[in-house]
This record gives sequence, C-alpha cells and structure tokens, in this order.
Amino acid sequence: MLSQLFNSEKSVFFHVGKFVAWQKDIYKRPENMSMYYKEIIRQMYDIGIGSLLIVVIISLFIGAVTAVQFSYQLSGGLIPDYYIGYVVRDMEIIELAATITCLVLAGKVGSNMAAEIGGMRQKEHIDAMEVMGVNTSAYIIMPKIIAAMIVIPILVSISAVVGIMGGFLASMATGALTEEAYIKGLRSFFVPYNVLMMYVKAFVFAYILTSVSCYQGYFVKGGSIELGEASTRAVVYSDILILIADFIIALVLTI
Amino acid sequence: MIRVEGIHKSFGEHHVLKGIDFTFETGKTNLIIGKSGAGKTVLLKLLVGLLQPSEGKIWYDDVCFNDLNKKELQKLRMDVGMLFQGNALFDSMTIEENIRFPLDMFSGKTMKEKKERVNYCLSRVEMEGINNKFPSEISGGMQKRVGIARAIVLNPKYLFVDEPNSGLDPKTAITIDDLISDITKEFNITTVINTHDMNSVMEIGENICLLHMGKLAWQGNKDEVLESENEMLSDFIFASPFLKRLRNFAAKS
Repeated sequence: MLSQLFNSEKSVFFHVGKFVAWQKDIYKRPENMSMYYKEIIRQMYDIGIGSLLIVVIISLFIGAVTAVQFSYQLSGGLIPDYYIGYVVRDMEIIELAATITCLVLAGKVGSNMAAEIGGMRQKEHIDAMEVMGVNTSAYIIMPKIIAAMIVIPILVSISAVVGIMGGFLASMATGALTEEAYIKGLRSFFVPYNVLMMYVKAFVFAYILTSVSCYQGYFVKGGSIELGEASTRAVVYSDILILIADFIIALVLTI
Repeated sequence: MIRVEGIHKSFGEHHVLKGIDFTFETGKTNLIIGKSGAGKTVLLKLLVGLLQPSEGKIWYDDVCFNDLNKKELQKLRMDVGMLFQGNALFDSMTIEENIRFPLDMFSGKTMKEKKERVNYCLSRVEMEGINNKFPSEISGGMQKRVGIARAIVLNPKYLFVDEPNSGLDPKTAITIDDLISDITKEFNITTVINTHDMNSVMEIGENICLLHMGKLAWQGNKDEVLESENEMLSDFIFASPFLKRLRNFAAKS
C-alpha cells in the first residue's frame, strides 16, 4: 500500500519525488556555454517580447478596475479621495503585478513550454539529443528557467507601472479624483519593503511556472491527446502552486 | 563491434525481450528484422542507451556499456550516430544548423571548419546547396539523407538507423540503403539497422538478426535467407502471397 503511494504514476508523491530528483539533472555543467547562452537569449526574447503586449493590456485594465472599484467604496466620504492612488499603488506592488502577471504567463508561456517540450519528446528530438550525448534536461530546461527568472521580474515591474497608470487613466476618465490627488496618493505611505516582496514573488512564481510546465512537457507519454492534457496540467498546476506560494510568501514576509 | 549478452527487457508485466545474444559486426550492415511488436525498436533503444536492460550486458568493443558512468557514457556517445525513424531533425533550425548541432555542442572547431565539415557531410549524402532550407521545406527522402549527414558529422564508430525506409518510395528506399551501406564500408563503422523492409534484407543484409516474440529466431546473412528452412524467417520474408508464389515457382524451376 505504502509503496503504491510512492511508486504509482498517479500518486502526487511519485511526481513530487521525480520532480525533485530531476532538478539535479537540470543544473549540471553545460557541455558548451555559448550554446546555452544563445538559448537563454532566445528564450528571453520569446518570454519577454512575446508576452509584453498581453501583460500590458491586462495590467492596464486591472489597475483601472482597482481604481474604479475603490473609488466606489470611498463614496461615503470618510476616507480621503487621494487614497485611491495609494491603494492602487500598493495593490499593484504587493499583490496584483506579480500574481496576475504570473497567472497569465502560466497560461501563455507555461502551456507553450509544455507543448514545445512535449512535441520535442514525441518527435524524438529529445532522444536524438540524448544519443548525441547532450544532457537534455540541462540544455532544454535550464535556459528556459534562467530566462524566465530574468525576464518575468522585468515584466512584473512593467505590469506594476502600467497598472498604476491604468488606475490613473481610469480615475481621470471617470472624474473620480484629480491628477494632483492621485499623484499625492501615489506618494503617500510608500514602504520600499513592499517592492522587495514583489520581486520575491516574481522570482518564486517564475521558477514555479517554468519548472512545473517544463516537467509536464518533458515527461509526456503518448500522443496528441496526452500532449494537450500535459499542456493543461502545466497551467492548472502552475496556477495552483503560484497561489499557494503567494500565500506562503505573504505569511513569511509580513509576519 | 557491439555484442549483446542475455538481454532481457520488461515493461511492468510485459516481457518484451527474452534473452538476446547477438554480435553486430564492424564494417558490416547489421540488420534487426522482425514483425511489428517483436522487440526491434526496444533492442535498438537498449543499444543506444535510451532504455536500460532489465538483465544482460551490452558491449561496445571491449567496453561494457551498462557499467559506464555518465561522463564515460557521454564520451562514448561522441562515437555514436543515429538516424531516427521520423528523422528527428530540429524544426526551428536550418539544415546546416541541424547538421552542425553536434559540432557546436561538442567540438572546439572554428565556424569555418564546422561549415566545411557540414558541406562535406551534405556532399557525402548528395545534398549540396540546401544549407539554408528548413526541414519542412524538403521531402521525406531528403530529410533521411540530412539525418544521415547529421549522424556521421562527428565521424562515429557506431551508426544506428531506425526504419530508414519507412514512408519512402521503393526507389528512394534503395538509394538510402545503398548510401548507408557505402558509408559503413567507407568509414569501417558498425552499422545497426532496424527494418522490416524486404529489399533492405536482400540488398544490404550482411549480418541479420531475426526477432520473434522477443527471442532471437534466426541469424545469418542475405545469401542464407533464401536457403534457410527456418519457418519464422520464411513466414516473415515471404509474407505476401505474391512472394510465396514466386518462391514456389523458383523452387519448381
């Protein structure tokens, strides 16, 4: 019974163990540094430039909605209007920029990675590299993780800025408050530590979404149906783990 | 030379290979033949280390493949080339980049030297001038040739070929067979081909291993095929009614 719990491919413990054991294959010394470097640059471009538009659009509207909803909550007049700018800023920095961006990227980048790597597995590209003597776990996965850990915090920063701008535009457009009031809100009660929290989240979420998605693609078995399922699992598991990690980081960094 | 000794391979309850002993000889085209499900691909994957045997040993000359650590295995793999059934050419790379990939990864050559080697390999498979095309822009037969060019780019001592003729017309299939046979002789390498193409058996089968239900059912060469009275071999080689009639006709005359 106990061995079945750890050895069955349906068991979550089996996959956790396999995932952890797999990590040591990923972080091996590269066969040729320049090939890895080229791959990191390519991945940075794919993840960064490829996701920029969607991140900007989503962040703009999230910031706008936060501002509009909060101004509606403030309609009683008990709290000063300029608090809208303060709340939008902190919401973006502490929670929305990192979490929403990474949830979106799990859908876009994560599913893409799982499908790409799974396709390589099915077309025997990974086997071909293995036969050549390439450490495929390192060559295929490591550049993706490194690229994501560099680019995703940048995307999160952009998301935070665009979100705050979205809040500003929405506040102006709806006449909820003046330009000066919004900027006063942005400048009020700023805690630099919150920025650190945002980057901690960005790094952790970037690692989760790439490694979990790559794991799903790398070990895919079967045909196109299984590849689709792996791609879906990549998004679902990444999203769940990101939210769990979000809660843990919030607990650890705010106690 | 590659020698397999008492190779068994099981997947859970399913026992695929049941004690194979065979020697794949250097300078010869060694064929693994058998019906679908006989265990040919599993044996080939065991030979190149994509699978691990449940029992038994694989020897590359005097080196036991199963006892190698990862570093030694990687070194040995510099001497191995393989053409996959689906060619396994990387879609996002040009033909030149595909062939150059092992050189980029493992050789300390300059770009000029690498390009010269790529051009030589392309000319060896009669595919000059397609360096900048992508795999999707060339035919299946051309992809096979490019796959062979990539497999020989590091001057391998061992060449593995999985179903080289699948999806090819008979004439192109013969050309590919001849090319593999010529390369084997020219570089004096150990070539192992997994096939169920009868033309290949009769044309380039210098050392043949017939697998039947996971066991070695017959071994010999192309000249011995027609003379053999092994029932499993006859069933396999003369599977079609046309070939059966042809054999009976030849026997009568």
